[in-house]
Amino acid sequence: MTTPLLDRPTAVHAKPLHHDNDDTVASLRTVRRRVHRRHWILLAALTALVIGLFLVRALLGDYRISFADGIRMISGTTIPGASFIFMESTLPRACMAVLAGAAFAAAGAAFQSMLRNPLASPDVLGINLGASAAAVFAVVLLGWSGMPVTLVAFAGAVAVAVTIHAFAGRGGAATGRMILVGVGLAAVLSSVVHWVLLRADIYRAQDALVWLTGSLGTVTWGEIARLGTVVAVALPLLVVVTRQLGILALGDDLAAGLGLRATRLRGLITALVVALTASATAVCGPIAFVGFLSGPIAHRLAAGRTSIPAAALVGAALVLAADYVSAYAVPGTAYPVGVITGLAGAPVLVWLLIAGRRSIQEK
Amino acid sequence: MTVRADSVPGMPSAQSAAPARLPKKVGPGRRLPMPVVIGGGALGVGVAVALSLLLGTQSLPAADIVAALTGGAVPDQVAGIVDARIDRTLIGLVVGAAVGVCGVVLQGLTRNPLAEPGILGINAGAALAVVVGIKLFALSTVGGYVWFALLGACVTAVVVQLLALLAPVRAQPVTMALAGAAVMATSTSLVGAILVADQGALDVFRFWQVGSVAGRDASIISDVAPFLVVGFALALASGSLLNVIALGDDLARGLGQRVVVHRLLSAAGAILLAASATALAGPIAFVGLVVPHVVRALVGPDHRRILLGSLFAGPVLVVAADTIGRLVAAPSEVQAGIVCAVIGAPFLVALVRRMNVA
Repeated sequence: MTTPLLDRPTAVHAKPLHHDNDDTVASLRTVRRRVHRRHWILLAALTALVIGLFLVRALLGDYRISFADGIRMISGTTIPGASFIFMESTLPRACMAVLAGAAFAAAGAAFQSMLRNPLASPDVLGINLGASAAAVFAVVLLGWSGMPVTLVAFAGAVAVAVTIHAFAGRGGAATGRMILVGVGLAAVLSSVVHWVLLRADIYRAQDALVWLTGSLGTVTWGEIARLGTVVAVALPLLVVVTRQLGILALGDDLAAGLGLRATRLRGLITALVVALTASATAVCGPIAFVGFLSGPIAHRLAAGRTSIPAAALVGAALVLAADYVSAYAVPGTAYPVGVITGLAGAPVLVWLLIAGRRSIQEK
Repeated sequence: MTVRADSVPGMPSAQSAAPARLPKKVGPGRRLPMPVVIGGGALGVGVAVALSLLLGTQSLPAADIVAALTGGAVPDQVAGIVDARIDRTLIGLVVGAAVGVCGVVLQGLTRNPLAEPGILGINAGAALAVVVGIKLFALSTVGGYVWFALLGACVTAVVVQLLALLAPVRAQPVTMALAGAAVMATSTSLVGAILVADQGALDVFRFWQVGSVAGRDASIISDVAPFLVVGFALALASGSLLNVIALGDDLARGLGQRVVVHRLLSAAGAILLAASATALAGPIAFVGLVVPHVVRALVGPDHRRILLGSLFAGPVLVVAADTIGRLVAAPSEVQAGIVCAVIGAPFLVALVRRMNVA
């Protein structure tokens, strides 16, 4: 499913050039249509996958709930025993997994595509850690909760993004410098987190650690509504805005000639990415590697096209699956979901380093 | 010019003069004469030690401290405080020297200005191994940690180096940093998986994790002494090798160096130092990054001189960071590892801005 699409435009060019213009246009149109159709098929397949995983996560826990019972409970009927598990645990977790996965993944894919480097996702660049260091500080040492924590996490993520941009400078090597500055900042921020953990009493440190690993265990409907609002606004905007990145790939000057303000576009994308990352992190912690992995996976599935919706769906599926595994893989122990995504992510990063060898060389 | 193939890392001086002269890129007047380096270094260490003994969260009269040091009669409370300060100063000296020298060797071997145990994930690997030790074998002494720290550091160093080898030379600083970040993220996940279910292990681990020279008895140094001695011997002897490697592997081979064997030996030295330091004080980041660069700017590009200078500069940095940490948050404390990270980060940013990385 991955290879043939890329070859097709070249096949069109390979046709004899003395053909009528109309002919060429017609065949180009066919190819375009086919590419679009495949993209829609991919999105439909991914949506089906996410819905399937959602149902599994919500209905098939330790306590099995039939689909009909689920519908009845959502519409207000109380079923003794089942209602509590479904309405207070498995359903909110499944909803939050979809929202958080989509938020992290869309943000990651947008950043990777903007910086044209598959390694440059917000979590590798320390933006997640900026949000979580600020949030942990506020929760553990200042005793805050709820909305102020979201705002503080937001401020932390913004601070890291601004610092990275300010210090990376301009020119061809800016992406490499962004990564290095981000990795350095991440090291400092993690030492801040360690310090906060040390200052807290042991019970709070334990809670903070669960949160820091990325967990869906304590999700409330209020948090789902908050994150849902942010995702509902920022995700469609991001999809629209990132369409123009193709023009940006021609270079800033040419893009300006085509009527695009490159700096404004980058600023807008960064703002949306920070909004998604920070609000998702504030609610369920920095779920490791989701933003990093989903972009490249979606890229492969979409045969080389950058598709933010596909990435978002992949992210949602990843977190749903990881949450299911983390909750039920080891009987008796519920691990935070970030443990599973972190373990799954490392081999993929290694693979990307190896597979990206040639592309790094070309730069 | 011929060098015997079986020559030890410390090459005869007649030959080593040539590679030492070649990369002479530092500005004029930057090369301090050797006696100045040693004298200045000793003076710096002396000042740092004196301040570390005199200053702290409890302000004691200097006369009392001198009396306690010279065995005079002082109140028990004062004696206790001075004892604790002596212990943490000693540990700071050892850890600083180990991490500083380790940084020089790692940067020289990898020819990567950002190579450092923290950034390369070696500390994180050691931390993971220590958590496993705490969890499985209920360890709580440094003598018990050190084997696990050593194992974790070795495995991580090998993994990161292998990953970096996959990338072309120009992209290596970035690839190494990312490989280190990947190792860090993975081990953080595993550490989380272990600690989430075990509050007792978390309580032991968080005090170790933060990187501090305080709250330890100086006798723990003797637990890791064999590793330190071997590590220092291997690392300090690798100065000439590092000078040759700076010219490129091919040239080094042409000069008759048994590059692979010597590389392995000095890498082993660096890992021993990193692991012992991590076992003593927990992961202390950025010291191994900052020290070699500062010393190189002062003494020039000859690695033998840089190694010697780092032997002084590392302890100064760690002991000073520990002293600063005691003063800024009095009556509480900020651990040395955190002070080092806060000092080191702007340094890293400045360094990166000067690099032309892929």
